[in-house]
Amino acid sequence: MSGVLPAQTPKEARPILRERGQREVFCGLTGIVWLHRKMQDAFFLVVGSRTCAHLLQSAAGVMIFAEPRFATAIIEERDLAGMADCHEELERVVERLLARRPEIRTLFLVGSCPSEVIKLDLAKAAQQLGQRHLPQTRVLSYSGSGIETTFTQGEDACLTALVPEMPELEAQSASRLLVVGALPDIVEDQFQRLFDELGFENVGFLPARAARDLPPIGAGTKILLAQPFLTETARALEGRGGEVIHAPFPFGAEGTAAWLHAAARVFGIDEMHVNRVIAPGRERAKRAIAHQREKLEGKRITFLPDSQLEIPLARFLATELGMIPVEVGTPYLNKQQLACELEQLPDTVRLSEGQHVDAQLDRVREDRPDLTVCGLGLANPLESEGLSTKWSIELVFSPIHGFDQAGDLAELFARPLRRRDVVRV
Amino acid sequence: MQLAVWTYEGPPHVGAMRVATGMKHLHYVLHAPQGDTYADLLFTMIERRGQRPPVTYTTFEARDLGKDTADLFQQAAREAAERFKPQAMIVGASCTAELIQDDPAGLAEAMDLPCPAIPLELPSYSRKENWGASETFYQIVRNLADKSVTPRKGEVALVNILGPAGLGFRHRDDVIEIRKICDALGIEVNLVAPLGASPQDITQIGAADFNIVLYPEIGEEAARWLEKTFDQPAIRIVPIGVGATREFIRSVAALAGVDPAPALDDDGSRMPWWSRSVDSTYLTGKRVFIFGDATHAIAAARIASEELGFEVCGLGCYNREFARELRETAKKLDVPALITDDHLAVEEAIAEASPELVLGTQMERHIAKRLGLPCAVISSPVHVQDFPARHSPQMGFEGANVIFDSWVHPLVMGLEEHLLVMFREDFEFADDAGASHLAAHSPRTAQPEAAPTPAPLSEPLSAPEPANEGELWTADAQKELKKIPFFVRGKARKNTEKFAAEQGLTQIDLETLYDAKAHYAR
Repeated sequence: MSGVLPAQTPKEARPILRERGQREVFCGLTGIVWLHRKMQDAFFLVVGSRTCAHLLQSAAGVMIFAEPRFATAIIEERDLAGMADCHEELERVVERLLARRPEIRTLFLVGSCPSEVIKLDLAKAAQQLGQRHLPQTRVLSYSGSGIETTFTQGEDACLTALVPEMPELEAQSASRLLVVGALPDIVEDQFQRLFDELGFENVGFLPARAARDLPPIGAGTKILLAQPFLTETARALEGRGGEVIHAPFPFGAEGTAAWLHAAARVFGIDEMHVNRVIAPGRERAKRAIAHQREKLEGKRITFLPDSQLEIPLARFLATELGMIPVEVGTPYLNKQQLACELEQLPDTVRLSEGQHVDAQLDRVREDRPDLTVCGLGLANPLESEGLSTKWSIELVFSPIHGFDQAGDLAELFARPLRRRDVVRV
Repeated sequence: MQLAVWTYEGPPHVGAMRVATGMKHLHYVLHAPQGDTYADLLFTMIERRGQRPPVTYTTFEARDLGKDTADLFQQAAREAAERFKPQAMIVGASCTAELIQDDPAGLAEAMDLPCPAIPLELPSYSRKENWGASETFYQIVRNLADKSVTPRKGEVALVNILGPAGLGFRHRDDVIEIRKICDALGIEVNLVAPLGASPQDITQIGAADFNIVLYPEIGEEAARWLEKTFDQPAIRIVPIGVGATREFIRSVAALAGVDPAPALDDDGSRMPWWSRSVDSTYLTGKRVFIFGDATHAIAAARIASEELGFEVCGLGCYNREFARELRETAKKLDVPALITDDHLAVEEAIAEASPELVLGTQMERHIAKRLGLPCAVISSPVHVQDFPARHSPQMGFEGANVIFDSWVHPLVMGLEEHLLVMFREDFEFADDAGASHLAAHSPRTAQPEAAPTPAPLSEPLSAPEPANEGELWTADAQKELKKIPFFVRGKARKNTEKFAAEQGLTQIDLETLYDAKAHYAR
């Protein structure tokens, strides 16, 4: 990865426990739950099985039950037996969908495990359908299958599919900043205000609120990653001339400050000016975090692999709240993108990549951390063993980035502990 | 290919999980890619189970395909046998593994596992959750039942209770009610299965004198095999509602050769009096739309029409396997039978029928919310709300009590209905606020849940305010319409417009409004 700043080398090569076995994680399709809310003009059509539809419903159904902008084209026996041509069937479903939902401006055909295994060529289908429906509707494809993507990697794949669609930046334009990763609108607006005050002139966000309104990209565009799971997106953006800024991720007062500083440095913005601009937000964040410090300081925490947010969040909890990370698991470790994070983690942390859930739960039982961050399938079973948990999915669905969410983020971890102390039954 | 937004049933392997999770000391080795573990949360979150479902997923990835997915399966099966030491295992494939054709059955057989491994063939691309549960339970019974065991035929009758499973709609509480009935009749329970049974218990299933099939969606297939193999007759009356419970008790007593009176005389049965008491007069002829799994929908139709005096204006189910039974009931009630798993079709049918109460699943609850109709949930698919902390059965006399409360509470109460009419002209009265107890259903104040509602996938159903209202309705008639209480206003508007159209009228005035009222009077 060609960095604007040289990638900092970790203090030492840490041992990483790599495991293989049952993974208790969502597949990449789950990203649709937040991506469809972010891109209000886009529709996500999963080409998959009843299981895919059931997954989306189970992961999302409890949270949103409005008429959603996602659906599943369920492959049936006749499609597999060759009685129906899968491509024709898909075309029929898409035509029906677009006739009913003419407001859809971007349609994502989302590949699944079954569609990958039967080698359904969704890229080709998207191209053919796109030709027919442009300019009204653009049709793109990506894979959110479990055999290829883990949870947040679905967003990575989706954003990667958007990269070739981004307009080319005109030559000789002033260099631009591109913030990458789906952020809740309110957080995006907060960052936009900060960038304005800092004096950035051209700031784009990927994904944009309207999928048809993509920011331009070209040589010299500086990429500021807002999420730690965008390996492929970053690579694709680099392929179009972008340069990734190495920075920690914007969690907590210090993480957000360092993130903004890193961007400002690349654009030659005076450091004193940056300090002045971010001071109020940073102070607010510190005050908000301080409320939870008493509850969290000295408490031991384990992260089970889930969203790839584990390492930056463990860094935030360790450096700003005094928590002690015991084991930090991640489904996939991108050492380069996380270099600034890894070096701030205490040496005592056990880092693990991949999962063998039974072996990992054995370690949790042995470690007995004060708090375990895990998926919905594991939370109640651990609680019933007397281990407090935090649902990791809330960290993906709630606004947690930036100064003004730092307190909320700390509170998400403090609440289960506070509850444990309050409840007397 | 079928376009689906929400589905009533999961894939068949989720049905198998419901059986495995309901049972004890059974383990399911599921050949499946990463991500299929989402199904665990159905049990740990919705049902609030404190244990992980007893399922090991092989978790294969793209890079394993065509290489060593079969090895992965065997490794997972071996580890599961060692770690969990189950009395028996079930082995099978999820939708993706079905496509790579690794043959979990053959692989397990070749492994010499320390416990029986029962192979499951659950075709994911043609079958669904209920079928999967039924087939799984049948295979477990067929493979494990000790055929040397015979019905006890002792002095005290011995019975199996079949069908309750994990993630079932009130199965936990129904079993308690059925056990209570058996106790009152002096009948002994051999086993309840799948819920709570171990593979070892299943070996003794032949000892019972007869079977009670509580949920045919899950238990019928096994019951039929038991009938053939052990000559065990089966009771197939589903005891939901007072009438059905009485019939159930009489049939069980007859098969056991005991007096039904001790169970029939349950003084906890309040529903009949609650229904006959004067406040319930207002329930007469309320139009209800019923949709759910066939068993619960059919039972609800009977209760609605015979025990509460409602008028059933729509009846349907999502499981085609029981379409015949549902059609028979619909025919008796003279309503069209709606057999579909397309929730948009259900939404259309509900809008078309304009019921005063919707009895359905969680899907219909949301449909009803959108349409501003009161609703009670009667069937799976389930939601965290369907696992209340309190005892809340559907079956037996207590179940009927629960049903009375849960169906009637969403409606405006008898006296309250009159009071609303009396006071609605008062300026203090906020007509639009809806009834006090209906915070969750209040049609006017209902906010979209979390997300702003985008345009629905289907054509607009019934626009609450027709665009041409101003032309169709005279100002007087419109004013009069507003005087009608909100909970019947939609219906009155619709009926009047229908009446006007039938009469070929291009305008609705006061006369038309009251002519229509007389026309539709019941």
